[in-house]
Amino acid sequence: MARTTSISPAAPAPEAGELVATGRGRYHVLTRYDRRVLAVMVGIPLLLEVVLIWWPVVSSIYLSLTNWDGVGDVTPQNFVGLKNYQFLLSGGYFQFWPAVAHNFIWLAWLTFLATPLGIFFAVLLDRDMRGTRIYQSVFYLPVVLSLVVVGFIWELQFSPTDGFINNAFGLVKSGNIIDWLGNPRINLFAVLVAASWRHVGYMMVIYLAGLKSVDPTLREAAKVDGANEVQIFFRVVFPVMAPINTVIVVLTTIESLRAFDLAFIINQGKNGLELLSILITNNSISESTRVGFGSAIAVILLVISLGPIIAFLSQAMRTVRS
Amino acid sequence: MSASTAVTQRVAASSSTLTGRRLRPGRVLLHAFLIAMTALWAFPLFWAVYSSLRPISDTVKNGYVSWPAGGLSLDNYRAFWTEADLPYFYANTLVIVVPSVILILLLASMVAFACTQFTWRFNLTVLMIFTAGNLLPPQVIIVPLYHIYLGTPIPYFTELDVGRFIFPFFSDNNLLYDQYIGIMLIHVVFQTGFATFVLSNYMKTISKEITESAIMDGAHVLRIWWNIVLPLCRPALAAMATLLFTFIYNDFFWALILLKTGDKRPITSALNNLSGEFFSNNNLIAAGALLAAVPPILIYIFLQKQFIAGLTLGSTKG
Repeated sequence: MARTTSISPAAPAPEAGELVATGRGRYHVLTRYDRRVLAVMVGIPLLLEVVLIWWPVVSSIYLSLTNWDGVGDVTPQNFVGLKNYQFLLSGGYFQFWPAVAHNFIWLAWLTFLATPLGIFFAVLLDRDMRGTRIYQSVFYLPVVLSLVVVGFIWELQFSPTDGFINNAFGLVKSGNIIDWLGNPRINLFAVLVAASWRHVGYMMVIYLAGLKSVDPTLREAAKVDGANEVQIFFRVVFPVMAPINTVIVVLTTIESLRAFDLAFIINQGKNGLELLSILITNNSISESTRVGFGSAIAVILLVISLGPIIAFLSQAMRTVRS
Repeated sequence: MSASTAVTQRVAASSSTLTGRRLRPGRVLLHAFLIAMTALWAFPLFWAVYSSLRPISDTVKNGYVSWPAGGLSLDNYRAFWTEADLPYFYANTLVIVVPSVILILLLASMVAFACTQFTWRFNLTVLMIFTAGNLLPPQVIIVPLYHIYLGTPIPYFTELDVGRFIFPFFSDNNLLYDQYIGIMLIHVVFQTGFATFVLSNYMKTISKEITESAIMDGAHVLRIWWNIVLPLCRPALAAMATLLFTFIYNDFFWALILLKTGDKRPITSALNNLSGEFFSNNNLIAAGALLAAVPPILIYIFLQKQFIAGLTLGSTKG
């Protein structure tokens, strides 16, 4: 077997990029064959990831500087510099700023209402209590459902003449029908109720898992010191949960930026439900020919997403190193 | 004697609080609040089930918010199942989801294995590339991706016919666009990022010495990955398989953009198209939506533990 085994500490230092299994003060250099196998094991998935995820990211940035219509090749004549961005930011495209506002309302709603409610449920349910499993199961049920199904289920609540809400409150009989999903001044909030139905359970599940990992002696010590439950949570548990809190904030932000399905199902993201994600596809996919313009919106969404992505990565890497 | 009675009394007292026999007002309030909230949470789904079981004639006559005077039946389910040809769309889903999940687990476990069991210069960078890729909103990459799909030639050799269901090898329009393999490919690539992150978190807890001593014993890395590390990761793999199945089953966006032919769409995204054609009333909408939700609900019932483990493995340290 052509295996180079070296256990002595005087073994030559591995070359750059060499795969080395490290152990207590000794290292073992892999055979060339093993190194090649490992390179393939990482290389194939990495190639796919780069070609189908990161190359499109770079292409989006490039396309956003053009007026390409999606037909033929991109030629130097297509290059328009920052014109797409100027047009967008100056309000030349009337759906842009409303979409930005809707994405931020979405984010604010989830951050200040849905996520705290999920955390609240988790804190309430994280105790020896009769029925806690049943309560948890009910809150988490919507998490397994697709947003398409969530959308249909809530249409049964919100639809103007046949929906539960308008009928149950007698609005149909009295002729004061509220068009929850059609009225542009309220439909975003109706959709957010549906989105929260799922988001609250999602956050609860993740927070519950975090709470389980909190050292119980911390709580007991605080209790002995005379702290009440509210104080224990805010002064002891919450600070210890810092890594989970970051994850929760990141997941909430990313969910808000990705929001697409519900708005698309209700009315294809029009009339009060404009979102950045939907403007991208509406401008650039299939018959739509404003590819460069849609790409500029994609780049703006990318830039906003970098915040939570970087926050998540630095959190994850901190855990790796510790 | 008196001391021991005091002890038994105290034990009895504490055990009675444990079983909740002595109800404290705080607990009562807590339960009242939780019961109210769970009722609120369960109601939309209950309402969907109730609507789906009522004949349209009943709701037309008595309105939706009324007692079931016309009785309850499964007619809406039967009607939607046959008219919309649901078995066909379930087949579309199955053919996309199952191979995708298997491929994701293979690819992700390979990357996670190489990045956690061995120390090399770029292993953290590689992990970050995968993790960050999955955090991007899919819409950020959709425009170039759509054109990549339109511009990639894929050969056609043959096709597999099972009744109405036809699976082409590999592409019936010589493109990646509007193909089962195309939609599988994006699921595999996008979710491999997530699975790599989760599995590497899990594999970090496996001692490197296991791998190391296997190498000393002359095992090749492929064998170590397949015969040693993967079996140790069984719980994580089961959790990921459950979660990935649900994610891909529930996908709407990729199928909406990358599949054009309505007949190739998996059930979740087909539901939206079908709604225009077959959903003449709320009762049918309810039945259709619930039928499309059956597999995730089965997962909810039978694989709850795995699903939750999958969700939380990624966010906690494992």
